[in-house]
Amino acid sequence: MIGMLEVIDGGIGNGIQDAGRFGFRHMGITVSGWLDPLLARCANALVGNGPDCACIEIRGAGPTLGVRHGRVRVAVAGDMTLTVHRANGQSFPLPAWESLVLDPQDALETGFLAGGTAYLAVGGGVATPLQLGSRSTYQRARIGGVNGHLLASGDVLPCGALGRNERREYQAPPWQHVQGAVRVMLGPQDGHFKPESLQLLLSSEYQVTPQMDRMGMRLDGPALAHIRPEAADIVSDGVTPGVIQVPGNGLPIILLADCQTVGGYPKIATVISADLPRLAQLKPGQTVRFCAVSAVEARAARAESEERWCAWVQQLTYGLHNASSVGDDVDAFWNAAG
Amino acid sequence: MNANRGECASRACLLPVGDTAWTVEFGDTIDPAIHAQVLGLAGSIERQRRDAGAMDVLGAIVDVVPTFRSLTVYFDPLRCNSQRLGESLLQLASTAESIATVGRRWRIPVCFDEEYAPDLNDLAQCKGLSREAVIALMTETEFQVYLIGFMPGFPYMGGLPAALHMPRLSSPRKAVPERSLAVANDMCAVYPWESPGGWRLLGRTPVPMFSAADTSSPSLLASGDRVFWQAIDAGTFREMEALARAGKLDRDSLLLHEGAAS
Repeated sequence: MIGMLEVIDGGIGNGIQDAGRFGFRHMGITVSGWLDPLLARCANALVGNGPDCACIEIRGAGPTLGVRHGRVRVAVAGDMTLTVHRANGQSFPLPAWESLVLDPQDALETGFLAGGTAYLAVGGGVATPLQLGSRSTYQRARIGGVNGHLLASGDVLPCGALGRNERREYQAPPWQHVQGAVRVMLGPQDGHFKPESLQLLLSSEYQVTPQMDRMGMRLDGPALAHIRPEAADIVSDGVTPGVIQVPGNGLPIILLADCQTVGGYPKIATVISADLPRLAQLKPGQTVRFCAVSAVEARAARAESEERWCAWVQQLTYGLHNASSVGDDVDAFWNAAG
Repeated sequence: MNANRGECASRACLLPVGDTAWTVEFGDTIDPAIHAQVLGLAGSIERQRRDAGAMDVLGAIVDVVPTFRSLTVYFDPLRCNSQRLGESLLQLASTAESIATVGRRWRIPVCFDEEYAPDLNDLAQCKGLSREAVIALMTETEFQVYLIGFMPGFPYMGGLPAALHMPRLSSPRKAVPERSLAVANDMCAVYPWESPGGWRLLGRTPVPMFSAADTSSPSLLASGDRVFWQAIDAGTFREMEALARAGKLDRDSLLLHEGAAS
């Protein structure tokens, strides 16, 4: 069954993302994809999706969506609340971490985003066309999303629809990222910095500046001196989300999901994959600290992160939101959701 | 402090890029011999990935990016032991042969008329050359594509004659027109889209550098390709541009076949 959502108001900075676009970096095409994959997977689980379904990444003023066709299950993972406007004129708040089935002509208004990033998942996943193997929006090259752009009013988003009697809803406790210093592996160009600079990076507090987007975040704090002024420039080589590049002014820039594929500034360290999602929750003015780990520790941290997520999924429960309107045939539920 | 520093074999060093990529570095300069080693390793990784099964450690690789002087290999850390993958890469790097010319040869039309070449007069004047001499140097030279990066389809090319070397503009343009042919220092490139940029603009090609609709090869050029520029007049430029817009420009017609005169 096909559901259809219409974007009534695109908000600001919101786009369709999935796990990313791999296999094209040698053509200069960045991976894109979720800034916070763990939270996106939570949102998908809350509507009964597999973990890799495309959903809406909310980075600023959230969107307002209307259901044009089908009964569509929605849920938000992240620090924000929603308002549901039923077709009959009734309005009520919907907390994050709870799903709700919307009927045709219902609308969903997203509220204030307290965290850095939230995800709005819809049952069946957002089914905009795959481009180069992914639905992720990459604005710079106008690839993915809806015609390569962020959500805008009038966009139509196909998704899955539920059977007529389906009223079951999911809920789960909010996902908590691990706390503490963000873990990095030194390199690939730590040798381009004075030893004191490495110490500074690992012992100082850095502040997130307003210069941040899906491409990267600039930090403010103690400047990191290169070993020589010329060492601030390298012949461009490969970069990846999480690398901390340091231009001549000594102030670090962490590259994120939409970063360029190669760069000409030396990279003092790289945020490990287990901690990369945490950066998506930082907002300008907040501070961050770094600590260095080995490759073996990075690997263990990533395995632990996956285990924590599996443990979170175990806490997912589903029940009847409106007990009078539905039977309790579990097979029928899965058939409807699938 | 240096717990994460990579190992070096005879020709290459292995540098960690976090827990999801290795950079195999052959040198720190722009040099055709170094680039040939990069392409050689890329080729042997590709062969081994094709021949070996998914169980092979190389099966965890998700992206391979050749640059001027290094190869960055991206992998899924949940699907392999990164240390073992690194060792395999270093092993391949020590046995792979250099490949100087893996790519295709292209003849790509460029209009050097003033409206498309805002920096051509300036550059000619600074270098004590006539416009015609600059155009002759540009069209007689074989450019080598070192890497595609910065933005999708953006080719970094080497081979620019020394007589044309100039630094970037001191103040970058807010908007470089799409498909502008540009030079900076010893490099040459084409901007696939309108974007900010500080390179000097010497002409414009009607040929799109990138087309997402071409799913097998969205980028026209690839690392290792060689390119000749062919001067065309403004009328031809507009005709070809219209053809390209209509999706009727045949990319293959721009290929030069071995032995063909340049």
